[in-house]
Amino acid sequence: MSRPLSLAEAVEAAVHDGDTVAMEGFTHLIPHAAGHEVIRQGRKHLTLIRMTPDLIYDQLIGMGCADKAVFSWGGNPGVGSLHRFRDAIQNGWPHPLQIEEHSHAAMANAYDAGAAGLPLAVLRGYVGTDLPGVNPNIRSIVCPFTGEVLAAVPSIRPDVAIIHAQRADRAGNVMLEGIVGVQKEAVLASKRAVVTVEEVVEDFGPRSPNAVILPAWTVTAIAVVPGGAYPSYAHGHYKRHNAFYKAWDAISKDRDSFLAWARENILEQGPELFAGLVEDLMEAAE
Amino acid sequence: MSGYTPTEMMTVAAARALKNEDVCFVGIGMPSAAANLARLTHAPDITLIYESGTLGTKPSVLPLSIGDGELCETALTTVPVPEMFRYWLQGGRISVGFLGGAQIDRFANLNTTVIGPYDQPHVRLPGGGGAPEIATSCGEIFIIMAQSRRSFVDRLDFITSFGHGEGGDNRARLGLKTKGPTRLITDMALFEPDPTTKEMIVTSLHAGVTREQVAEATGWPVRFADGVTDTPPPSATELQTLRDLQARTARAHATA
Repeated sequence: MSRPLSLAEAVEAAVHDGDTVAMEGFTHLIPHAAGHEVIRQGRKHLTLIRMTPDLIYDQLIGMGCADKAVFSWGGNPGVGSLHRFRDAIQNGWPHPLQIEEHSHAAMANAYDAGAAGLPLAVLRGYVGTDLPGVNPNIRSIVCPFTGEVLAAVPSIRPDVAIIHAQRADRAGNVMLEGIVGVQKEAVLASKRAVVTVEEVVEDFGPRSPNAVILPAWTVTAIAVVPGGAYPSYAHGHYKRHNAFYKAWDAISKDRDSFLAWARENILEQGPELFAGLVEDLMEAAE
Repeated sequence: MSGYTPTEMMTVAAARALKNEDVCFVGIGMPSAAANLARLTHAPDITLIYESGTLGTKPSVLPLSIGDGELCETALTTVPVPEMFRYWLQGGRISVGFLGGAQIDRFANLNTTVIGPYDQPHVRLPGGGGAPEIATSCGEIFIIMAQSRRSFVDRLDFITSFGHGEGGDNRARLGLKTKGPTRLITDMALFEPDPTTKEMIVTSLHAGVTREQVAEATGWPVRFADGVTDTPPPSATELQTLRDLQARTARAHATA
């Protein structure tokens, strides 16, 4: 896949109603622009997998795109609640949301197992907690060598992974750096992968031989969206907009103010919006 | 006893619990403030680890999230999140896990999942995140929480992170070899587990706090150790370092 698509083309080609979708990025490189595009295309009945639903899934859930969320920490980091996520769980608005709740360790292991083509992940986890009582996908397995009882969860194998990265080269290889989270695992665990990037370069140039690179043949579609992680950040490009994460609390608290914000900032916009949003956050701008 | 707030006293007392040799898995919020205060005062060589994969990080401002760029830029190295949980946490490399919570009970079990029934919650909280495995895989656990009847409860609605369970040898019976919660630091007092029952009991009172006030802010009949001590108030250096850190943080988060 050497020719970058428009974001609309990339999302249209890869994301369908009823899909299981993992939009990953652990605080860093969260694919917000792609999330907006999924909302604009009116996708429904999605199962949304993400360790930390963050603002991106708050928006998708609030706009009625999701039937189910698989997650391990559903808050606005350092701020408080995800109000749309909470409203869906507590009050069924805009419609009921089924949840499958894990711990970070289990989800990280489950992505790893998915990338490795295994049916399950095994970990020393969930000991003494009430989570296995509310999530039938948390079970146990006995080690055949030692007899130790360990936790087992199904591997994560999404229909589509969506991530944001710093750059792609002309051949369609993708490079990411900084906090790399579970993105490599999510892409390799998925049937299809959409990647938005800050820029396309002729060549990655000098780099560590251990740089995190997703070869072109592991990626379904690439779209160039400068600023596409905003209000999350892209290491080396722009900083996390912590002030917006705080402002989201008031925007999202009320259904009407959320819908007004979404109309103005998602439905009536396109991906070109994002380049402007990060102008004042550029690393050099300080 | 004026000149500092109860929250400042709590943060300073929590920082003092950490040692220079510790490898500390840091939760966001108050644990992060305490851990960095320790690093900026008596424990300059402490290794701070955040679940975003940042190992040996030295942020000059406190992160708002667990994965702010500041953490990665100042880290010795940044590893993928599955590696963080598998090799470093589950692998037994962490000496202290530093947690907060929404609710705690007398055996230092924590709830960060729901208030009310799970299927029909009155309040849906964020959930466990890294805490369920931090609570069992780290050598020991320190907990920092402001005290009130709403948060220090007789019975948890949900156990997100296992402390001492029902007390006694409950951890050992579940096969856990780690110590679990060894210190609970609040804005009123310091608690440690009773050696036998593992109930968290008051071992030190912060200046100006009475036993009656602690009892009033605790949702179970709180017990006091023999020979409760007085928590030394924050030193000028501790207080100034904390305030400088928080002022830098506030400036940084207001603009970006």
